[in-house]
Amino acid sequence: MNKPIFEMKGIVKEFPGVKALDGVDLKIHQGRVMALLGENGAGKSTLMKILSGVYQKDQGQLIYEGEEIHLKGPKDAQDLGISIIHQELNLIPHLTIGENIFLGREPVNKFKKIDWKKLYEDSEKLLKKLKVDKDPRQKVSQLSVGEQQMIEIAKALSLHAKIIIMDEPTDALTKKETESLFEVIDELRKDEKGIVYISHRLEEIFRMCDDVTVLRDGRFIGEDEVKNLDENKLIEMMVGRKLTEQFPRIEVKKGELALEVKNLSNEYIKDIHFTLRKGEILGISGLMASGRTELAKTLYGVIQKISGEIYIEGKKVEIKSPQQALQKGIAYVSEDRKGEGLILGLSVKENMTICSLEKFEESLRISSKKEKEAVKRYIGHMNIKTPSENQKIKNLSGGNQQKVSIAKGLMTKPKILILDEPTRGVDVGAKKEIYDLINEFKKEGMSIIMISSEMPEVLGMSDRILVMYQGRISGEFSIEDASQEKIMKCAVGIKEA
Amino acid sequence: MNKKVLMKFKSIIGLVVFSFIVSLLSPRFLTLPNILNVLRQTSINSIIAAGMTFVILTGGIDLSVGSILAFSGAVSAYLISSGVNVLLAVVMALVIGALAGCFSGIIISKGKVQPFIATLVTMTVLRGATLVFSDGKPITLAGDKTSEVFSNIGGGYFLKIPIPVYLMVLVFIVSYYVLTQTRMGRYIYALGGNEEASKLSGLKVSNIKLSVYAISGFLAALAGIITTSRISSADPNAGIGYELDAIAAVVLGGTSLAGGAGSILGTIIGALIIGILNNALNLLNVSSYYQMIAKGAVILIAVLSDRKEK
Repeated sequence: MNKPIFEMKGIVKEFPGVKALDGVDLKIHQGRVMALLGENGAGKSTLMKILSGVYQKDQGQLIYEGEEIHLKGPKDAQDLGISIIHQELNLIPHLTIGENIFLGREPVNKFKKIDWKKLYEDSEKLLKKLKVDKDPRQKVSQLSVGEQQMIEIAKALSLHAKIIIMDEPTDALTKKETESLFEVIDELRKDEKGIVYISHRLEEIFRMCDDVTVLRDGRFIGEDEVKNLDENKLIEMMVGRKLTEQFPRIEVKKGELALEVKNLSNEYIKDIHFTLRKGEILGISGLMASGRTELAKTLYGVIQKISGEIYIEGKKVEIKSPQQALQKGIAYVSEDRKGEGLILGLSVKENMTICSLEKFEESLRISSKKEKEAVKRYIGHMNIKTPSENQKIKNLSGGNQQKVSIAKGLMTKPKILILDEPTRGVDVGAKKEIYDLINEFKKEGMSIIMISSEMPEVLGMSDRILVMYQGRISGEFSIEDASQEKIMKCAVGIKEA
Repeated sequence: MNKKVLMKFKSIIGLVVFSFIVSLLSPRFLTLPNILNVLRQTSINSIIAAGMTFVILTGGIDLSVGSILAFSGAVSAYLISSGVNVLLAVVMALVIGALAGCFSGIIISKGKVQPFIATLVTMTVLRGATLVFSDGKPITLAGDKTSEVFSNIGGGYFLKIPIPVYLMVLVFIVSYYVLTQTRMGRYIYALGGNEEASKLSGLKVSNIKLSVYAISGFLAALAGIITTSRISSADPNAGIGYELDAIAAVVLGGTSLAGGAGSILGTIIGALIIGILNNALNLLNVSSYYQMIAKGAVILIAVLSDRKEK
């Protein structure tokens, strides 16, 4: 193999409290497709952000055509011919295809007027090359997601990109669109472009990629040619770590049935069946966009079910809104603390009691004494580090914010607590504390659904594990039968033989 | 004094310093009659601004307040001139104001229309309705068509203090109570701070939105009744541009147009600053054309200094 056009060596990137990347290598060769593989949170996105100049590395080297370079911003990366096609497309819907391709770089005549003729002719050439049969004067909003992705690729080509990064490009595509994407990737390969292909889907990697680099927990695990590998080997590389962290899973005698879900379906989830007992932790594993969060939100009434039944303590219930869910004893702690969980401008106290204010009401007004006492009790009990209950929540660390989010759910005295990624963005110490708290709830007889992308967490805390893939439950394991390999197989959609 | 405390009382300090400067420039400023005059003149804008504070705290805006003022003023004048009981007339005008607010609120929460557009619709429609209703002419209360009780609302005094000043104080006390002591108040801040999180916390977001526009409409109607009562006439063109004065008072008071942060106390101070500014420029015989420029400049300075702090 000839020398790589781009090489990342020993990349280290730290965020406050987390080492996101710890000595990661990546090689990109001209005319080859490099797969970048790893679980959620393995560091793929961070690495790509460094490659595209969005983040700056703390340590390590970037070598482009044999010379060490420094990327100070996305513009530097763009000038070098590095283009990234994000999972969420960055097109402007109300502009035409041509306007989008040349946005900010419109060809102009000598009076600085946009040369529309040239713009659309050039766009047409690019579209033809990608075999997209569309008029460049058409608005982007009228295109399908797959077609929009092609426009992004056209944009990359118009920038004379030598390196094209594709982040989970097939996630939103139909089978047919995926096929035509693969044809385009083949073309790009023939054109001597260097391609980085990020995907969870193993079959795509065997189908499309020449080499593969595996990351795990921010570390470089290995690089090899795809032809030397098989699925089992890859899965082992992805998950093959020891359970280093201590998970204090406790045995609690399971109580009666708390929740039963039958046939639950809507546009995100299909035919979901499961049961949950008192004092049980049900782990839900699966990759991003597998429908885990959507399942939780359907139970919580944020997303409406189309069919199916939900029984709480044997009684059939209809849940159409979060209010109703809370009344029926279901609380949900969102994975997106800042977007959906907390109100950043308000205080610890105000956030914690927002779901349960009526409990502190005395003849039309909130009893500030009662409220303060309750909040202080939770602050003490959950060991939330804050100067006072009146501190704005945005000034707290991730772990403490998460504890407030959980406390907010707890204050409603739920029978069923749904925790969506309860330790995301939380440092190790606070993680342990959160695990201890979850176990305490379990001891008190609460039923807990814990959605998590972190395999050790799921295996270390749950009594039973469901795995989701494309909106369906693709596997169910008791903790005794579960293993990382089995879960990962179900999560990437490989049927058990 | 510690800096934090200083920051907290910045707007009050600003108000005091500002008043002090004005009193140096015009000896008439710090006389009791003039102070009462300022308070009475401020009452209309500050009552509207109190309602506007509720709306802006949720991240919305209400452009319809001036039209609601004119419409409910016309309704109250018409009812009273037709011999309807004063209390009934006043209550009906207030209810109509609240309903007009509900109308905006429904367009916003159910129709998912931006507050700016929805209240622009209400503003336009109600202004037209007022002109139709009054045939484009002021409805005047005179002779046997008037009512002494009614004219006292805007023009009367109690213990030498104008009645509208009492009403203003009452509105602020109740607003303060609702915003700081009740669930409703907490929910308003939560909604303005993060709508998605509020929904997921089980708040009835559309009811809250509806309520704040109803409150704003109700208070605009109250301002309409005071205006009509004071001059014994309901002008169909009354209240044009009042929404901007109210928004200015709210923003001067440090409430964020993005919602979720601010206070009703700030709004009082904002309204007073605008009132004193108008009064001072009048006392100093500055033409009303220049007054507008000065008002714009003061708002700009206040908002910029607020921005720097953040």
